[in-house]
Amino acid sequence: MKDSIDQFLLHLGDYTILLGQSFRCCTVDIFRRQGPRMAHVLEQMNEIGVNSMGIVCLVVFFVGLVIAMQTSYEMTKFGTEMYVGRVVGLTMFRELGPLIATIVLGGRCGAAIAAEIGTMKVNEEVEALRVMGISPIRFLVAPRILAFTIMAPVLAVISDYVGIIGGLVLAITELHLTYWQFVENMMSGMIVKDFVSGIAKSVVFGLLVGSIACHFGYRTEGGADAVGRATTMSVVTSIVMIIVSDAALTAVFVYIL
Amino acid sequence: MSTTAISNSNLPVHIEVKNLVRAFDGRRVLDNISLKVHKGETMVILGGSGCGKSTLLRHLIGSLKPDAGEIWLLGKEITRMQDQEFAEIRKKFGMLFQGGALLNSMSVGENVALPLEEHTNLSPEIIDIMVKMKTGMVGLTGFEHLMPSQISGGMKKRVALARAIAMDPEIIFFDEPTAGLDPVMTAVVDLLINNLCKKLGITAVVVTHDMASVNRIADHIAMIHKGKLVFEGSVPQIHASTDPLVRQFINGEADGPISFQQSGDDYLKSLFAST
Repeated sequence: MKDSIDQFLLHLGDYTILLGQSFRCCTVDIFRRQGPRMAHVLEQMNEIGVNSMGIVCLVVFFVGLVIAMQTSYEMTKFGTEMYVGRVVGLTMFRELGPLIATIVLGGRCGAAIAAEIGTMKVNEEVEALRVMGISPIRFLVAPRILAFTIMAPVLAVISDYVGIIGGLVLAITELHLTYWQFVENMMSGMIVKDFVSGIAKSVVFGLLVGSIACHFGYRTEGGADAVGRATTMSVVTSIVMIIVSDAALTAVFVYIL
Repeated sequence: MSTTAISNSNLPVHIEVKNLVRAFDGRRVLDNISLKVHKGETMVILGGSGCGKSTLLRHLIGSLKPDAGEIWLLGKEITRMQDQEFAEIRKKFGMLFQGGALLNSMSVGENVALPLEEHTNLSPEIIDIMVKMKTGMVGLTGFEHLMPSQISGGMKKRVALARAIAMDPEIIFFDEPTAGLDPVMTAVVDLLINNLCKKLGITAVVVTHDMASVNRIADHIAMIHKGKLVFEGSVPQIHASTDPLVRQFINGEADGPISFQQSGDDYLKSLFAST
């Protein structure tokens, strides 16, 4: 038990240092011309954001469809199926759009980044960078965390709309609602805060997934088994932290803001 | 042996290690090591596996901090230096890792160009010319577009050497540069190290246990055993040495003071000490 607590505190300490160094690299160091290279950030944004778009859209489309099916199944009993749009819209904007998008990102890109940096660490590539006088934080970590933080809200917005399209397809085909009935009903129940809270959450989720993946990759020591462990730990920790932070942020938006 | 043995006493000292001590879990891996390497000299650090030579190298490149002692590189003491200050010193030395440590996501040319892109304001055209020059110096002209996974182990080491000399360093550290290579490729890499260091006047520190390489490249040899410096001298001096430990090592004999036997208790002790 004591060892587990020690390990946890050690991880927390290393993670905080890595996050602090990356934050400094993306803020203060930019003015000293030592920030992350724009080409590296764009390359990561493409890999993390653009290349993940297909899988995110596929998943959230079916999530939207399922939500519409589940809610309409109950609503038709009370003749309130016209409110399906409102339920799907609110659920996607407030909660599931950002959540599903970043969980998929964690599984797809977080794992890849933990494995990539972990392998580089094992192969002494990270050490080689350091010996060449190139900061691994600036070269490897900061561009990835920044790309995650920028692309997670972009994907969350796309995921919101694709999820709603999933619900719309069900509403039109099964519930025989028109496009305008669905959209009007959805918009009538929404306020700007619903949209903004989802985006704010996705920024935090993106930051968490990116930094956790980099942390576990950067901490890898040993051989192939250590890379495997780092990848697994990255995905598991990312998902847990997304859910935990989601609960905390939802409480803030519901009860405080 | 290097054909141009250097009379080094008048040349400035590029690397100086003073009474270096490093222990891991109470076990001294480096025990009061002192060394001097003069400008343009090729110093070979010799020793069996696990003797502490790679640990010494990691201290020289600043990856590890000693428990006691000093390390002077190019006239500056590095053990108490801040990261920012040490980053400037790092630009003046190169390192060839045992496996090459090329960035696998980048091509050969991009690997060689990396230090130039990061540390200079040269235009892409000039960097391109310099990359061709450096790859040409290691005999790999035309290989710039290939990925590290597409070239052999010997080529990887040569690319790593091209990357190490990209910034025209004053010092290069070599960690087992010929490990895992066939005899011909070993001779090629040794020749390259000799040519580059002598032509460019680079100070070199080579960690190895390959006696054939030692004979070809060393100006000066330091032999380490169980963390202690047990021999220091030139190639003729090591061959003339009557120390049984040195004789066993250079002749590659199984019997002698360097024992391959270790008791189970000692092994377990060292195993648990390192966890």
